[in-house]
This record gives sequence, C-alpha cells and structure tokens, in this order.
Amino acid sequence: MMLARSAGDRLIGNRVLLTLLVAAFASAILLPFASLSPNRLASGQPVMLWQALPGWQLTALALIGLALLAATLARPLPQRTSLWLSLIATLPLLGLDFFSLGDYAHRALVDASPAARVSQGATFWILLFVSALIAIDALQRLRLGLVKRALFGAAALVVIGVCFSGDLLSPLSIMREFANQKDNFVDQLVRHLLLVAGALIPALAIGLPLGLLANRRDRLRNGLFSLLNVFQTLPSIAVFGLLIAPLSALGRAVPWLGDLGVSGIGVAPAIIALVLYSLLPIVRNTYSGLAGVSPGTLEAARGMGMTSRQILWQVEIPLALPVILSGLRIVTVQAIGLVVVAALIGAGGFGAFIFQGLGQYAIDLVLLGAIPTIVLAVIADFTLQILVTFSRPPGTR
Amino acid sequence: MNGAIPGAQRLRAASAGNRVLGVLIVLLIALTLGMDQLEPLFRALFPDLGNPLYSRDSFLNLMLAHIGLVLMSSLISVTVGVAAGLFVTRPVGREFEPMVSSLAAIGQTFPPAAVLAIAVPLAGFGFAPTIIALSLYGLLPVIQNTIAGLGTVPQATLEAARGNGMNRWQILRRVELPLAMRVIIAGIRVSVIINIGTATIGSTVGAKSLGTPLIAGLVGNNLAYVIQGALLVGLLAIVTDLLFERLERRFSFGR
Repeated sequence: MMLARSAGDRLIGNRVLLTLLVAAFASAILLPFASLSPNRLASGQPVMLWQALPGWQLTALALIGLALLAATLARPLPQRTSLWLSLIATLPLLGLDFFSLGDYAHRALVDASPAARVSQGATFWILLFVSALIAIDALQRLRLGLVKRALFGAAALVVIGVCFSGDLLSPLSIMREFANQKDNFVDQLVRHLLLVAGALIPALAIGLPLGLLANRRDRLRNGLFSLLNVFQTLPSIAVFGLLIAPLSALGRAVPWLGDLGVSGIGVAPAIIALVLYSLLPIVRNTYSGLAGVSPGTLEAARGMGMTSRQILWQVEIPLALPVILSGLRIVTVQAIGLVVVAALIGAGGFGAFIFQGLGQYAIDLVLLGAIPTIVLAVIADFTLQILVTFSRPPGTR
Repeated sequence: MNGAIPGAQRLRAASAGNRVLGVLIVLLIALTLGMDQLEPLFRALFPDLGNPLYSRDSFLNLMLAHIGLVLMSSLISVTVGVAAGLFVTRPVGREFEPMVSSLAAIGQTFPPAAVLAIAVPLAGFGFAPTIIALSLYGLLPVIQNTIAGLGTVPQATLEAARGNGMNRWQILRRVELPLAMRVIIAGIRVSVIINIGTATIGSTVGAKSLGTPLIAGLVGNNLAYVIQGALLVGLLAIVTDLLFERLERRFSFGR
C-alpha cells in the first residue's frame, strides 16, 4: 500500500490531530457558536463564531489553531515536542471557548430585555469536545505516568474553575436556571448520591458472599449467573414499574414497613431495582477475581500452614481485589445512570430536572439535569479506575 | 467457559434452553395480540381504575414501533461501528485506534437517559432524537467489541493465511471476520439490549414505543398501564437476549 513510504518523508506526522482540527474548523464555519432568544422557552437565533467574538479573540483562536496545525506536521518539530505543544494548547483553547461564550453573553444582553437568554451552541460544544480529544490522544501518545496525567487534569480543572468563578458565565441561560434552582440542585445532588450509595451498600453486602459461593460451588454458578443476567437484560423502567404494585401492597399489608417508607413509588422500588441490577457485575467479578488466583499460590499458602480463613483474607481477597473493584466501578457508573430513570417513579435525583424540563420544553432545565449526571458518572469512573490501578500489586500497574 | 460440562449434559441444557425460548416467544406474541382478552383480569386486580386497559393505541402497533426504533438504530450502530472497528484495525487507520478505543470507553460511562435528554436540544422532540441517541449510544459497544474481536485473531493464523497466498480482502473475509464474529455479536447484543431499554424511555421525548403506556401509567397513576407496558418490553428484552445467546453459540467454533 501507499503507506509503505518511510516516516521520514511524510508531511503529516499526526493524522488524528489533523482530523480533529478539520472537524473543529468545519463546525466553526457551519454551526452556530451561541444562540440568542427573547425568553426562556422560545427557540433562539443562531449566532456564528465570527459574529460572537471580537477581533482579538478570533485572532487568539486562530493562533491556537495554527499552533495545533504546526503540531500535526512531521517536521520541523520533533514528535514529542509536537505532542507537548498540542497538549498544552488545549488549555488556552478550553479557556477561550468558555471565556468567549461568557463575554459574548455579557455584551449581547446589555441592551436586551431582561427576559432575553443566551445559550451555548453546537460549535461551543464541539470545541470543548475537540480539546478533550486532543488532550486524551496526546496523553496516550506521550505515555505519561499517572502523576503527570493527574497534574494535567488538575490544570484543566483550574481553567474551568476560573471560568465558573466570578460572574463571567452567570448571564448564560443555563447558569440562570442554575441560580434559580440552586437549593433544589444541591438537594437533588445529595439525593442522587444517597440513592447510589443506598443501592451499592446492600448490593455489595449480598453480591460479595454470592461471588464467593459461586467460586466454591460449581453447581450453583451457572444457574445464579443466568438468573442475575435476566435482571441486567430487563429495561430499568420496566423493573421500576413492575415493583410498584407488589411494594404498595406490601406497604399497606404490613403497617410497620409502610411506616418505614416502603411504598409503591419513590425510594423503595428504586433501591430494590438498583440492587438487582448491581448484583451481576459484583458477583461475576468477585467470582472471576477469585478464580484468577493461581492454584500454585493457594498450594503455597496451604504449604505454609495457613488456615482456609487466612488464605481467603490474606491471599485470595487481596489478589482478587482489582477485579472486584472493576466490578464496583461498573455498577457505580451504571447506578448513577439508572437513578436518572428512577426519577420517573418519584425517587428524585438529577433525573427530576430532566423529566420536568422535558415536560415543560425547558431545555436548560433538561441540561441542568443531564450534564451534572454525565460529569458525576465520568468522575466516579475515573476515581474508581485509579483505585483499581492502586489495588494491583506494584509492578503490574 | 463451561468446558467441564460433558457433551450430553450440554446438549440437554441446550434443549431445555430451546424450550424456555419457545415458551417465551409464544407468550410474547400472545400478549402482544391478546392483551385485550386480559381486561377482566386487570379489572379484578385494579377495581379502582376506571379504565384498566391501555387503549389509545394497539399493543401490536406499540410493539412494532418499539422494534422499528431498535432495529433502525441498531442497523446504523452496527454498520458504522463495524466499519469504524475495521478502519482502526487496518494499517491505514491504526493511528486512530487508541483515540477511538478511549472514546468508546468514556462514552459508555455516559448514562443512556442523559444522552437521550441531550439529543432533544439538538434534534427536537419525537422520533429523531431517540434514533440519534440510540444509534450513538449503541455504536460504542459495537466498536469496542469489533476491535477486541479482531485483536483476538492470533498472529500465527494471519501469517498462515498470508502464506497460503490469500490477499488482504480474503484474509479479512475468510479468516479475521469469522474468528472475530462471536465477540462482535456479543457487542451487538449489548448494544441492542441497551437500546431496547432506552427506546422505552424514548416515549418521554415523544417517540412512540412500549414505554408509552408505561410512562402514561406512571404519570396518570394507572398501575394497569404500567404493568402492561412493562411486561411486554421485559419479555421483548429477554427473548432478544436469548436469541443473541444462540447466535453467539453458533460462532463459538468449539470454544
């Protein structure tokens, strides 16, 4: 094929970066950067990038673009320098994306009616997305250690934090919605997290022993896995729905359960359904973590005179821990998503904003529920990934 | 996985599985067509409800709409996902592999319901945002498993195929794809099952599906509607999953 040419005479050294830049550029000329609407519910007028940004910001954006374009070339910059350049350039790109949007909103609303709203447009999101992808690709190619990656992540968070502090972004429609809902937002955040924790704790308490049992009793295993797999297959909203009737009957029939809050809608069916969903990954990973401990290791432990209880706690569980924690990672992320749906049966959480917003066609309210949920899921995923890494024996991280 | 089970026992397990699948398919069809016949039952179970049977649309229509949504989005996911997976495992696209892989991994941490909600400002209400969210979300497991499946083909096998004088296209079609097929189908299975669930929530953004009676029942406090929708969509998911399980087995080549 054509690619047989040696790397030495290639013009483009980084085609991934080039593709991302082309996508960002196409979006900047074709799709709006922001939108301006007369009130909260009306749909807005598109505002393109060159209409929204003053000259100096456009110049700055063009300079960042040129620096990134230079980083795509195979020469004259050495490859690692190009990668560092592209990594560092994402920080001003990220900052400028937020700053320009806030700055535009301030200027656009000076002589508009108080009801007028400015929202972010497709190009804003794509620039954000492209910065993240450039950074991810550069971090992977540079093969930086966990510490350097975390430092870069912290730098990106500082840039975002600076944009959100002060009132740069406060005139934005979604931030006004946030200001209106501030107390409610904190309540729903706490509720969302409590539901996740309230499901994961019983799921672990049931799932870990079941996983151990599956490891010790071969006969039990296949039946248990098929049963738990059925729950994973069922759509969450169907499980929530099917739990309503039996639980409300139970709450009525057994008064003290009813007093405890067991009823058809709300927290009880949500927690039960979430536990059922969480069991399969926990049981399966506990099982395969334990099954992955080599027979030789167990033999050696027995040879040293350890009792089976000691072998379990001092050998098997520590060795299985990374796999068990990977299971916890899966169910945590899954539970954060399922709690959204639980809002439909009155359990609360960020899903309440989403469905309330969909009902009123208030897009900002929808986003106020959806974006924090995604951020929460990504943070949980990342945190647990770090835990998994550190639970591995040194030298295999 | 269960290599310890002797052949006869495995055969018996498979035929029991067939019976279960057969019963569930019959139940699914019977309930879809004959839910109306159960009206007296729902009336007895929920005496307080004035109208214990969802009648704004036939269950057959809702079932077909639901299957249509899932089929259409899965078709897009599978076409684009397998193509993307193939692209990044060929020499031309290998450079894109790390980014596509991490994109697929990060994207799957996004909750499907949140993705559906975000599609609304982009595409409005109704069929379009649901199809967009479903196909985008369904894409990720397909890409991931296509890459993983093609990665499991041993280098020695490829070497042997090349030694036999096969060209790239022949190797892909006769060696790589058949060997990777089981893993690719497992990815499609995950994608379709998630989409059956997300299509149910699609009715909150205005797409007709089996979620329509379910959500209408939750909003209007009509438990009978909830049960009717939930039963059908639950059965649909289980039957689909079992069908995929059988399909996967066909490609297991003695594994």
